[in-house]
Amino acid sequence: MKQAIELNVNGEPHATLVDSRETLLDTLRYKLGHMGPKEGCGNGNCGACTVVLNGAVVNSCLVFAVEAAGADVTTVEGVAAEGNLHPVQQAFIEHGALQCGFCTPGFIMSAKALLERNPNPSEPEIRLAISGNLCRCTGYDKIVRAIQAASQALSQTA
Amino acid sequence: MAEYSVIGTSLAKVDAPERVTGKATYGADLDLPGMLWAKLVRSPHAHARIKRIDTSRAKALPGVKAVITAHDLPSLPKGATAPLVGEVSIDMSAIREIVMASDKVRYHGQVVAAVAATDPFIAEEAAGLVDVAYEPLPVVEGVLQAMQSDAPLVHEDLHTLEEATQERSDQPSNVSTHMVYTRGDVEAGFAAADAVVEKTYTTQMVHQGYLEPQACAARVEPNGRVTLWTSAQGHFTVRTQLVTLLGLPASQLKVVPMEIGGGFGGKALALFEPTAIVLAQKTSRPVKLVVSREEVLRATGPGAPAVITVKAGATQDGKITALTTTMRYDAGAFPGSPVARGLLVGLAPYKLDNMVAEGFDVLTNKPRVQAYRAPGGTPAAFAVEALMDALADEIGVDPLAFRQKNAAEEGDTLPLGMPLNRIGLTEVLKQIEAHPCWTTPLEGPYRGRGLALGYWIGGSFTSSAEVKINPDATASIFVGTVDLTGTRTTISQMVADELQLDPQDITITVGDTDSAPFADLSGGSRITYTMSAAAHQASQDVLTQLKERAAEKLKVSADEVEYQAKRFWAKDDAQNEVSLAELARESVAWGSGPIIGKGSPTRMQPAHAYAAHVADVEIDPETGKVTILRYTCFQDVGKAINPTQVEGQIQGGAVQGIGWALNEEYIFDNGELKNASLLDYRCPVALDLPMIETVLTEVPASEGPYGLRGVGEVPIVPPGAALANAIYRATGTRLYELPMNPERIFWATRGNGTNGSHETNGSGGA
Repeated sequence: MKQAIELNVNGEPHATLVDSRETLLDTLRYKLGHMGPKEGCGNGNCGACTVVLNGAVVNSCLVFAVEAAGADVTTVEGVAAEGNLHPVQQAFIEHGALQCGFCTPGFIMSAKALLERNPNPSEPEIRLAISGNLCRCTGYDKIVRAIQAASQALSQTA
Repeated sequence: MAEYSVIGTSLAKVDAPERVTGKATYGADLDLPGMLWAKLVRSPHAHARIKRIDTSRAKALPGVKAVITAHDLPSLPKGATAPLVGEVSIDMSAIREIVMASDKVRYHGQVVAAVAATDPFIAEEAAGLVDVAYEPLPVVEGVLQAMQSDAPLVHEDLHTLEEATQERSDQPSNVSTHMVYTRGDVEAGFAAADAVVEKTYTTQMVHQGYLEPQACAARVEPNGRVTLWTSAQGHFTVRTQLVTLLGLPASQLKVVPMEIGGGFGGKALALFEPTAIVLAQKTSRPVKLVVSREEVLRATGPGAPAVITVKAGATQDGKITALTTTMRYDAGAFPGSPVARGLLVGLAPYKLDNMVAEGFDVLTNKPRVQAYRAPGGTPAAFAVEALMDALADEIGVDPLAFRQKNAAEEGDTLPLGMPLNRIGLTEVLKQIEAHPCWTTPLEGPYRGRGLALGYWIGGSFTSSAEVKINPDATASIFVGTVDLTGTRTTISQMVADELQLDPQDITITVGDTDSAPFADLSGGSRITYTMSAAAHQASQDVLTQLKERAAEKLKVSADEVEYQAKRFWAKDDAQNEVSLAELARESVAWGSGPIIGKGSPTRMQPAHAYAAHVADVEIDPETGKVTILRYTCFQDVGKAINPTQVEGQIQGGAVQGIGWALNEEYIFDNGELKNASLLDYRCPVALDLPMIETVLTEVPASEGPYGLRGVGEVPIVPPGAALANAIYRATGTRLYELPMNPERIFWATRGNGTNGSHETNGSGGA
């Protein structure tokens, strides 16, 4: 069964027809062309599909598209404002916090959301905040350090 | 060239911006006009004869464009092979069965049919409508069980190959290959020992855990050629396999490498691409095939489990006098476990005058294993390094001193026969001696420190590079090697230094099989190593051509031309000069011609990599849970081209090894995987881990322009034993089975549970 929905993605309004079985992740990727969020597991275990939905960090593979009707969604593509990389993105690059990069969009979203609610997180707080995001390349060390560095960079500009 | 300005610096990954912004395009990100979606039909039995397959209901579903079975794949003579890397070939008739089973399924989740439909929901529904009648057969699940003479046969017509004689056994068997390597006189060696320890160690099947499920798409072009997009570790390797599997000439196939979301050895074989191509040929439409996480875990090819017996003796002063080992590796349903690599990796850190190393490649009704980072090495090192710790303990020698006393050196011969060129194990051990992770006392109850060594031979094989000079005096590099973790960056750094250009003036492209120079697959820690020679050769080729052009302008001979900082001048007249900018500009003007350099080294000798890990742990006596307090990795990297990337490789590999050691295992029930999700198959998350310290040693490799060694594989090798040895010091109990999860530790410390005494196939403790 198809249903028409409207939603804002990274500030842009969209209207699209979705299957009732379709996830928000599928809609973002295959209807709206936002390939940034990735499907690593399809059941909320890996966090590669992390987006912000009406201010909440969610696994977009666990949200039906029809549930996102009328919602504001931010994907990794919406993080760099006017082409300027967000300090979290900058820190990931500078600290080598990515290798294959498949999990990176999810980590960027989780890390950015963490720093918005807790600008100076401790190492355990960082580790907890990203424990829903799996990375198999880095062992997390450089990801944690990048988030620490982004926290510092943000507090210096604030 | 001895002075580097870019090599040895932690240049940010050149392809990082597109990855942090979500713009990098992976296999599943392809969206082709008119594209169909494929879905695979998989066996619900671990061992069964296929009686018949009825596709009529599936074909009748609106939106379904094709349904195929193994009969739709070109037939292949039994034993047909294709080269995988170097001299290693792969049995393509086995690969064909993994792509789609013909008469019998040999593991749960083996593919039996595939559908292509206009959307993924229809494809999934149609897959459920393919009726397959099976006759279930008895399942053989464990390695030791499979080696029994009365075990159900995975292949009724398979006879054991005796590697030394190349003869086959009379009776069919689940042992596909048996190998023995001997040296010296082990009986005399054991007789000379003051202490002898013998133990058997068990590891379970684990998964590489790459975050990106396999994805590919195929399209038949109007001229009949096939374009294939795939996220594989080597697109040339995929092409080679497809040529054999599908009977297509290489010239009819263009394989385009997509960004790859991790492989770790698990994306070397063309297991999905043939299906996508055949469906595209049948439907005359592009077909995309993306597998689910559940399929990834069930049936894409995990890392091999093993049951390993090690016996070693030593004199009172800590010298090993003899060692025997029997390594039984589970290949899954088709031959090809990494048992020979296990023998090599486990024993490579030691001088062994008297040795018998025996290996068995064993078949079971489990998915055919694939490579997983230092394939075969991790189970072997768990066994050997835990046994060495126990032996050192037995004779009362410090575990580090024991390793130092027996450490392999340049000139020694590896257990499988190869002489060692320059290695840095002694230097690695020396660094531990003085490091705080070793010298700082570890106090408190239930705490312990463990040490273990690791080794990887370092891959070689073929890589090639083209370097060309652009009209604006920048350089472009063109390669055929898939970038798994950062090789675009390291190759760029090399070319930048060779040509004395700013790294910003270098671009690098990984090209498809039609356009890029040939390369073997990315794996075995071989890319940065072999590419160092390719980049060096190609850059020198460019400089030679530029110097010839400069010589013409300067009216001197080419060997009188000097180059530095984008400027060429005559050796005896520094004022007689021409800029790189001018030569570059003229290279695209009429009459001069482009500057294109190429490099393609082959048959480089191995750059052996040695590592040692030191782990501090604390055990919760109530639950058996291990907390890692500190973890330090020492590694001889030869030369760190990009220290941040080298550290990242080491940290990532160590954490995969930690996951293997403490958590990860396949849990089977009559051949069916019971934990086929990333919640139940639990890879380490950030909260499980401390920071991972790295200490780099740089003992230059014997070959290659910069002395670097491949770094990716070896860090996964030591964690199992480093942690087992630490757990022993924390609890007084030695564990003989991975993973050392809370349940196993809880029971082992209470004298209960299996603790490796027999195969448990993941049933945990008691």
